[in-house]
Parts: sequence; C-alpha cells; structure tokens
Amino acid sequence: MRFTKDHEWVSVAGDVATVGITQYAAEQLGDVVFVEVPDVGKTLNKGDSLAVVESVKAASDVYAPVSGEVVEANGSLSVTPETVNAEPTGGGWFAKVKMSDPSQVDGLMDQAAYDAYLASL
Amino acid sequence: MRYLPLSAEDRAEMLAIIGAKSIDDLFVDVPQAARRSGTVDLPGFKSELEVERALTALSNKNVPAGSVPFFCGAGAYKHHVPATVDHIIQRSEFLTSYTPYQPEIAQGTLQVLFEFQTQVANLTGMEVANASMYDGSTATAEALLMAQRVTKRNKAVFSGGVHPHYVHSAETLAHAAQMKTVALKAAIDAEAAVIDAIDADTACVVVQTPNVFGTATDVSKIAEAAHAAGALLVVVVTEVMSLGLLKAPGAMGADIVAAEGQSIGVGLNFGGPYVGLFAAREKLTRQMPGRLCGETVDADGRRGFVLTLSTREQHIRRDKATSNICTNSGLCALAFNIHMSLLGEKGLRRVAEVNHANARKLKDALSSVKGVEVLTPRFFNEFAVKLSKPAAAVVEALAKKGVLGGVPYSRLDPDAGLDDVLLVAATEVVTDADIETFKTRLSEVLA
Amino acid sequence: MSGMSNVGRPTRPNEVETRPATLTGGRGLLQDEPLIFELNGWEKTGVDIADAELDASDLGDLVRRDPIDLPGLSEPEAMRHYVRLSQKNHAIDLALYPLGSCTMKHNPRLNEKMARLPGIGDVHPLQPQSTVQGAIELMDQLAHWLKTLTGMPAVALSPKAGAHGELCGLLAIHAAHDAKGDTARRVVLVPTSAHGTNPATAAFVGYAVREIAQTEDGRVDLADLEAKLGPDIAAIMVTNPNTCGLFERDVIEIARLAHAAGAYFYCDGANFNAIVGRVRPGDLGVDAMHINLHKTFSTPHGGGGPGAGPVVLSEALAPYAPTPWVTHGPDGFKLIEDATGVAAQSFGRMCAFQGQMGMYVRALSYMMSHGSDGLKQVAEDAVLNANYIKARLADLMSPAFPDGPCMHEALFDDHWLEGTGITTLDFAKAMIDEGFHPMTMYFPLVVHGAMLIEPTETESKHELDRFIEALRALAQAAKAGDVDRFKGAPFYAPLRRLDETRAARAPKLRWTAPQGSNLAAE
Repeated sequence: MRFTKDHEWVSVAGDVATVGITQYAAEQLGDVVFVEVPDVGKTLNKGDSLAVVESVKAASDVYAPVSGEVVEANGSLSVTPETVNAEPTGGGWFAKVKMSDPSQVDGLMDQAAYDAYLASL
Repeated sequence: MRYLPLSAEDRAEMLAIIGAKSIDDLFVDVPQAARRSGTVDLPGFKSELEVERALTALSNKNVPAGSVPFFCGAGAYKHHVPATVDHIIQRSEFLTSYTPYQPEIAQGTLQVLFEFQTQVANLTGMEVANASMYDGSTATAEALLMAQRVTKRNKAVFSGGVHPHYVHSAETLAHAAQMKTVALKAAIDAEAAVIDAIDADTACVVVQTPNVFGTATDVSKIAEAAHAAGALLVVVVTEVMSLGLLKAPGAMGADIVAAEGQSIGVGLNFGGPYVGLFAAREKLTRQMPGRLCGETVDADGRRGFVLTLSTREQHIRRDKATSNICTNSGLCALAFNIHMSLLGEKGLRRVAEVNHANARKLKDALSSVKGVEVLTPRFFNEFAVKLSKPAAAVVEALAKKGVLGGVPYSRLDPDAGLDDVLLVAATEVVTDADIETFKTRLSEVLA
Repeated sequence: MSGMSNVGRPTRPNEVETRPATLTGGRGLLQDEPLIFELNGWEKTGVDIADAELDASDLGDLVRRDPIDLPGLSEPEAMRHYVRLSQKNHAIDLALYPLGSCTMKHNPRLNEKMARLPGIGDVHPLQPQSTVQGAIELMDQLAHWLKTLTGMPAVALSPKAGAHGELCGLLAIHAAHDAKGDTARRVVLVPTSAHGTNPATAAFVGYAVREIAQTEDGRVDLADLEAKLGPDIAAIMVTNPNTCGLFERDVIEIARLAHAAGAYFYCDGANFNAIVGRVRPGDLGVDAMHINLHKTFSTPHGGGGPGAGPVVLSEALAPYAPTPWVTHGPDGFKLIEDATGVAAQSFGRMCAFQGQMGMYVRALSYMMSHGSDGLKQVAEDAVLNANYIKARLADLMSPAFPDGPCMHEALFDDHWLEGTGITTLDFAKAMIDEGFHPMTMYFPLVVHGAMLIEPTETESKHELDRFIEALRALAQAAKAGDVDRFKGAPFYAPLRRLDETRAARAPKLRWTAPQGSNLAAE
C-alpha cells in the first residue's frame, strides 16, 4: 500500500489501483455521512477529483493519486457511508483505476514514509 | 433617537474603558481621503408620527386592490388571508429570529420548515421540497441550473406558456452559467410544443400549468417525451391555489416543480416579498439548491429538527455549492405554513373550487360583451381574452372608471404581437357585483 | 371580618430537595407540540367559506382526485400550535443575538405597520402605473437614500437578498466587460476570509475563483493582490469592513490596483452597518456593492428571510443594471420594465416584478426615522459597542487581532481555550444555557476556532454588561476545568444537542404516515 500527502492510499494489483483514504483522514473528517464515487469509465488525471467525501460540516475532494480509467466504484458507500470510518483501508475503498502510467505509484510514499509524514504534522 | 439606547454618559464611560479619546479614534483605519465631517446630505431624525404621516401620504397615492373590483393576476393573486396568519408571523420569536443555525434554540422555526416542506411536497405531489426560495421566478432559474448539474447537458427549452418574467429571469442566470435557452413563441394552448424542441443536449423542458394565459394542461405526455430523451421536466406553477383543484405536477411526471407560493398566506406587496416553492424527486435531493430541514433526535433521544445536507450550500462548499442562496423567504414560508394549516385539504379544495366557479362566472359575463373573445380553453381562475382595442389602453381606461381590470399581456412581453390580449383573474375575493361592474365598465370602454 | 380564609392563597414555596421528572414530559410553560400532521385534522378546516356555485366538470380529467394529505386546524388549535412552537425560538426581542456578520438589531414595529398600509401591502405589481404612483415614488425615495448614503450614482433595487445582490453585481460586471469586447476575463479574486456566498456567486456565473492571501493583521495582502491581478481578472470581491471586523485600511489602493488592471471592484456590503452615515463606499473606489436591507436597515430576519439586497453601482456599471428601472418625469413616476430605450444595455431581469417592496418600505421607514444624524450615530454606537466588548473580554479571551480598534464586530480565536478540552462549539452551547444566542462560530475560516461577536447599536449598556459578565463567568469556568458544563451543554434549552450525523446519513425531509396507518403516503 502506498500513500499521498493528501492522505489517500493506493493498493496495486496488476495495472489496477484501488484508492481510498487513510485512517488518519477518516478520523480528521469525523462521521462520514455521504460519499460521491466516480462513474465507471471516467478518465482521470493524477490530481483530479476522484470522489467527494462529506461529513456534516465539511465536504472534501479525494484526489486521484494516479492517472487512468475508473473500472469499478464502491457504490455501497452511498448506502453505508459509515464504512469509510469503520474500515477506511478495507471496505471503505472508493474506486479502482486502470492505470495509464503505473510508474506514478513509485512516486508515492510507502508505509514508513507515510508514518514519518504523519508524525511531522 | 428612540431606537438607540446608549446615553451620552454611557458613551463616555465606554470610550474610557476602551482607552479611546473620542469615537473618531475607533475609525482611524478609514483612509484620510474618505473621512467626512458632518452628516450626509439627507433629512434629519423624524418622530414616529412624522414618518407615519410621510409614508401614509405615499400609500394614499395608490389604489389598493381591496378598494375596487379587482381582476389582476399574471403571477400574483389577491386571496383572503385569515387574520390569524398576520398575527402569528408578527410574534417576536418568529419575526426577530434568524436562520436556525443553533437548533437547540430554534425548534420553533425548524418544525415550521419541516411542516412547510411536507405541505409543499404533498401539494405538488413530489417527494422532497426545500425550505423555500426567494420567489417562483428565481426558483425556476435555479431549476434550470439544477437540471444542468443532473443531466450534464446544457440547454433548456421553455414552452410558449411560461410567464415571460420567469423566462427572462431564468435566462439571465442560465446565460451567465453558459447554458443555452430556447423560448418558444407565446402560445395560448401549446405546452406540448416543447417536445419537438428536445435534442441530445436538452437538460430540461420547462412548462407551466395553468400557464400564463390560464390554460391548464395535463403534462404527462411531455414528461414521457422528456424522459425518453434523457431530459428533465420542470413544471412551473404561478398560482399555487390551483393545486387544490388540479392534478399535481408530481402525478404527471414532473422531475422538478418551481412554484410561486404567494397565494397562500403572503399577500400582494407590489411584487415582493413572495415565497418560492421548490420540490423534486427524491433521487435528485443532493442536487437541490437552498436549505433543507430534516428530522433527528437530541442527546436525550427526543425528536428534533436540524438544517441538513448543508454540504451542498455556499457556506461550506463555497465555489462548488449548488447555489449561492443564503437567506431565503423564511417568514413567508411561515405565513404559507399557517394559512395552509388553517385551510387543510378540505378548506383548500373548497377555496380552489370557489376560485374556479368565480372565473367561470367572469367568463360568462365577459363573453357577452361586444368586442371580447375568450381565448383560453381550460382554466382554473384566470383566462385570456382578445379585445377589440389595445389591452393596455383598455386597462388604463378601466382604472379611471374604478376597476382594476386585469393585466395586458403586452406588459409582460411587448414584442409578442399580442397587444389586444388581456389576462383576467377571479379569485374568491371577487363578488357577483364586482363581475357585473367589470362587465358594464368594459362594455363602455370597448364601445 | 370576612375573607380571612387563606386556602389556596400563595404562601412561601415549600422547600423540596429533589426535582422529579414530570409525568407527561411537559416542562411548565414549555409545551411539547406535535407536527400538524399528528393532530388528526384530516377532515378539519379553520377557514369558513361557502360551497362553490359552479362545479369543475369543465376540467374533466385535469381535476385532482387523490388525497392531498394536508391536515387542517381550527383557529384556536392553530393559535396554540404556533404559539407553542414560537416559544422554542431565541429572538432579538428576547435577548442579545450576537451573530457576527448578520447584524441582528432591533426591528422597529413602526416599519411593520407601514408595510401593512393598504396602499403598500395590498397593491398588485402589474396594476396600471397610474394607480401605483406612490409605490413607485417610494422606490425612488429609497433609491435616493441609498445612493446618497453610499455616494454612488445608481442603484438596482430588485435583488431579493444579499447573495442575489452579489449575483446582480457580478452580472453587471460581466456585461460591462462583454460590452468592451473584453471576454478573456474569467477569474474573480476573493480573499480567503470571504463569506461563502462570494465564491459561490462567482462560480454560479461561470467565473473561476482564486483566493487572495491575508496579512498578519487581518487585511488583504496587497502584494499578493497585485501579483494575481492581470488580464484574466474580471473582478475582485472584497468585504469592507471585512469579515474579521476590520476596516480595510488600503481599500483605496485596492480599488486603484483593480482598476489599473482593468478589473472591477465588487464590495460585499454585508457590514455596511459599521460605516453607514460616516463613510461613503463611493469615496473608496467601489464599482458595485449590495446592501442587505435586513442587516443595516433593520428589516426583520424572519427566521431566515425574506431579505432584500439592492446594489449600488458606479457610473461604469450603471448602464447594465437589471430591469425594472425607476424614472420620473413630467408625467410622474415610471417603471421601465424592459431592456429597451434608456435601459437598452441592461443585462436583463433578475426576478419577476420589481423586487421586495415590503422590505423597501420597512427600510425607508427606518432611514427616515433615524435621519442622516441618527444613521451616523448607528454606525458609531455599533462600533463603540463592539470595541467595548472586545476591551472587556480581552484579558480572558484572545482577540484575533488585538492591535487597533475593530469595527462593528469583535473577533476572538480559540487560543485561550487551549488545554481546557473545551472547543468553540462547546463554549457557544454553554452560552445558550446562560440565555444568550451564540456568536458566529468557525467563521471567518482564517481564524482558528473563530468567535465573531456583533452586538449592534441597539443594545443598551446594561444588556452589554449582562452579556459580558456571562461570558466572563463562562470563560473563568472553562479555565477552572468545569468541563461538564460545556461538553453537555445546553442543558436548559428546549432540546439538548441534536444528532446531525443521523439527520445527514438517512435524510428524513418530510413527514410520512407511520407504517400501518390507513393514510396513504404517496
């Protein structure tokens, strides 16, 4: 699993990256009440808004950590957004992206680097 | 000054505590170039009596609707509002509170909004309604932008029966948002003509029933055609009293209803404030503009209400908000809520029936006048007539004879070439004697 | 002697140790009140009207046959329902309502009376203009007052609230650029401290929004502004006095820089109350500014509107003002309702009819009452009251900008709550228990845990002192570790804290019949 400074995580299987937000981000947001996941087939550039996650008083964009095409979206979050709080790195994933440039993953932080980054905040 | 409680001694004492020598010390950040000595060039302080005299003099230069036989409509209607309504809306706790940001001490306003939303949803036959917009025309403008967000398409088509002020207000906003609009030529009875204008870029078609000429239309077929093409159907209602008698837009397939609620509780007010009603299908809730009130519980488990889904709104979403609306029409929504609660379904249906009956009587009376041709085939409380003389001049002549005899269509749309068309409305406040007077005076004017 | 029995007469209260819960859930004067849909009024009406003399057979299938599900109440039931509900609301008439940037001032009742004069409240917007000369004259008088107070040459009256006024201003700016063929300007600059309506409005009319940084002392960063101004900037939107409650000292320079770059200066006039009668925005280089009549000019807030947001305009923008326009000539007053003739360059109509007449008359009544001298005193007392609060709380709470005076509102951050475990929200909720409405919280966004207090000029020194003493007592309790008082607050409001997460996760936005009832919910 790799991480961004905006607290997204990426888990790679072949050329498909699963994207979600980290435990830290889920805690910062508070109770998640709504998630807007992208349409399957949507093409994203790294840094584009991939999803919107909402708490009662805030709406935050989740940015695409890699470029590619959305091949699957976690529609169950529209019914049970609390999964993002309960299992941010598991059932709370947002979308799977077929990467156009898998080497972008190399630029992301590994667990140790992310932990160090969190400690610096 | 009667509204300013501080005395000269208070001011001196407070300045001393602040550590300022004079009030000017508190305005030091104002640039020198903008500082002024003395007061601006306007009259000085006036007593309550003096102000009342001055404003009453202005009021007395107008002809109140209630003082003469009155038949004006075209988007604003004179109805009888029970005295209870005006009493309750002047209670301090409703009049002098603000948007219910602190729900623990605003349950009065919040419960009213929840009841209002339910009344509007039931009345329009829709699943959700918001806590009000400014008025019907701005609600219509917001409906276009909402359709653009939902469908990700870029064009709106108006029927030739939508109130021209509504079309113009919506166009102003839509064009700024780079949305194209097509407004079909004014037509008495052709709401369905929008079907032929639907294309792959059409976000919504906008129709009105009863339309600006008073024509009531079953829009079900239009809904089917719009939906088949992936577009939304926006139904505009400018006379909400009609929903006590006519089929609800929701029952005919509307996706968004934008309505003027002025008829229930609000009064004429020379055009404002009014109250916009905005209702939609449940699946579109998150794309709706404006405040929404929802049910929840408090820390002790007691039922309560809060403003909810606020992440759609400007104070959180800023440049990504669904609308920029903030203050809406709270007190008018309360007036609507009270009046509707007094009417109930039973009273609403009965008042609506009386409106319709009075309009039928008016039609019969005017039909017998030489130089008058009734144009509207099916109507609620308003219809269009063709006159043998220009309508604007006829209305002026009627006013001189003590009758406010309707609205010339040319006042709404001078370029339509319908200078001889007059819109006339009869609500429950119109008496048989009023109708007789109107008929007599109109005969004189057209003779 | 007679009448000496003391049965049933008041005596001294009994001393009772415990406070039992009531058996019904009622709490003295505070009545529980169901929704109108729960009062079994499906067959009732509180309006007497005779049956119609003609039926609706001519309408055939257009007639509504299904139930509408609208309950009715008799008049006494309605009175109880709404009076009970009203008692669950805080109101200006009850106690201080210090919502920063909302200007919750006293609403004179003369204004209400004037709005109900038959020649004002009972005239139709499309009556022949010959029959509403007084109404149009009233609009003209209001326009004169607003133009004179702001030192601006034109005003568009029709916008229906502040945000609608912002829209009006930006549409005029859009039209002015278009008229010059200057169509490349697609960006509006907005300070980070701006009210959310500013970026929302800019985006609403298709502009991209770019933020301007703020200086340490809470003002627009001129260097940042200058760096961001260029041929792509359509306008800057700056609130003055700003949302930190401070006057933008460099406002004239801000205007000059914007104009030099070909942009217009939109001023958010939400805080005009601080300077009315003393400073004219026209002297500051403003091109457009909305005025919230429900703030500065005392029209009632009504639980969230209706408001009114007239926009004053500079010479450069005046030709593009929305219709209708008010003019007068030898034949009397006239509404120009279409974008033709003198109004040919108007960007069009913003709403049906001519705007918020009911608010115009209230605002004019307020202005006439004060006069030019009284309005100047309004600004001075509003600023004095805010500075007095700031001065008297500065030792216990932390003013966000301690140096120099504030304008009409005092801004604190939550620095002083550090280590107490109490948040701005907790503090605000405890204010409710003490009988005050909380201040604006967490706004502006540039100040951590912001508490924005706007007392307005209509508070007496006695009320200000009561408020200050309450806040001082609370602040001392917070610092003394009395955490429960805050965390559970409010305890004495009609309801305790509400579960907003639950409301948002499964929205219930209307009443529906309980399962199993025979009332069909559509």
